[in-house]
Amino acid sequence: MSDFTTGSALLELCEKSNISLSEAMLLRETELLGTSREENISRMAYSYSIMKQAVHTSLESKAKTMGGLIGGEAIKLNELRLSGKNLCGNVVSRAAAYSMGVLEVNASMGLIVAAPTAGSSGVIPGVFLSLQEEYGFSDEEMTNALFCAGAVGYLIAHNATVAGAEGGCQAEIGAASAMAAAAAVQLMGGTPRQCLSAASGALANILGLVCDPIGGLVESPCQQRNAMGTSNALISAEIALAGIHNIVPFDEMVEAMYRVGKSLPYELRETALGGVAATPTACSLCSSCIK
Amino acid sequence: MKSTSVFDIIGPNMIGPSSSHTAGALRIALLAGKMTKRPIVKVEFVLYGSFARTYQGHGTDRALVGGILGFSPEDARIRNSFDIARERGIDFSFRPDYDTKDVHPNTADVIITDDSGTVSTVRGASIGGGAAVIQQINGVDVKLRGELSTILVRQKDTPGVLAHIARCLADNNINIAFTRMYREAKGENAYTIIEADGAIPAKVLSEIEALPSILSAILIEL
Repeated sequence: MSDFTTGSALLELCEKSNISLSEAMLLRETELLGTSREENISRMAYSYSIMKQAVHTSLESKAKTMGGLIGGEAIKLNELRLSGKNLCGNVVSRAAAYSMGVLEVNASMGLIVAAPTAGSSGVIPGVFLSLQEEYGFSDEEMTNALFCAGAVGYLIAHNATVAGAEGGCQAEIGAASAMAAAAAVQLMGGTPRQCLSAASGALANILGLVCDPIGGLVESPCQQRNAMGTSNALISAEIALAGIHNIVPFDEMVEAMYRVGKSLPYELRETALGGVAATPTACSLCSSCIK
Repeated sequence: MKSTSVFDIIGPNMIGPSSSHTAGALRIALLAGKMTKRPIVKVEFVLYGSFARTYQGHGTDRALVGGILGFSPEDARIRNSFDIARERGIDFSFRPDYDTKDVHPNTADVIITDDSGTVSTVRGASIGGGAAVIQQINGVDVKLRGELSTILVRQKDTPGVLAHIARCLADNNINIAFTRMYREAKGENAYTIIEADGAIPAKVLSEIEALPSILSAILIEL
């Protein structure tokens, strides 16, 4: 059996068989779910095409979102970058713009890929499209890397949670960021060990982040946290690629994140009763706020 | 339960903004709609917990109507589901219930009236990641997720029902994955839920319905 339920088991499998995280996840999928390799790859290619389309849609025109709290951010960030006045460099600037664009599409009832959730759906497209444009990876390479991201997300969902209502934003954006970090390392030629080290680092960096959406809507601060999630992923990947190894292994970090999530008060787990959602300005913005 | 797929993590592909409040809500109504054999003319949604408070901003209302219309969670028509339902002559309404506390935070009752005037009430909860579970049918506690091909049988609580269903399935070479039975009270209305591996041919349903104590057999395949 090629199933695995922990990062250490996955790593052992990869190192023993000399395969990537993507390959291990693909083997697991074909064996456990009974679907063919080709079927899984073409299905994932379709997912990537949805991600791309969402980014492109957001750059074309400003959308009207359900809550009306956001809209037009991707276009503004893109204009800043094209004017050459961006601070962050092309890779980070693009990733931030694209991730915020996907959240805008999501909030206006457009088609997205929940990866792992709708609220964190911008992180992976942001990092992926930015890296593809910068380094010229093919769609096949990007599709393959999504299986690597999927492996990390599966381990977090299996051993902890990816739901904001359960574990706070650290679980949603944290998971998306860890998934994107591992995939970025793999795309840039890093080892499976470096992939998991980057994922562990990405989780550690935003440990404790609360889920406090204004009015309970998936708009603000969610959208900006997706942008932050992309930069966190890229920084964590860069650290791992430099050969800096994370002291705490991935599995232990997932467990730590889960424990922190469970200790977060109810008000800070997607209830819109605390944090940013409970500020006077946030409450005045939204009539559906819980008074 | 089936193993977690990579497409549960990189996915579902869905119309936003929320997997629990939009995609999961749609799935509740989709399952409820599939349990109704005759055309639906009216549907009332009672919303509890977080659904009651935030249903408009999450498009929960449009998603629920989209589910009744049989849309998949990635159908771009969800945004316009109200207009499409009106065109199809389906009357719909929403009633937030802020007082009931002892339910899952994302729960909806789907009260469906078909063209013969029969009213049925289905309660479902959106349990995260776009998944949903049906918890009650006409007041009877059940558990139905619709992940596998599912047959919902409504019957009188009498001896021999399960044996008859099992024989029909065996005769058609269908492997049962899970079976559960639920009833209102001894000797009264009861439900059998069967989940099977692979597709279930429609002729099995009429074979199951041949037993007089079986009121109906409905196939739910999403």
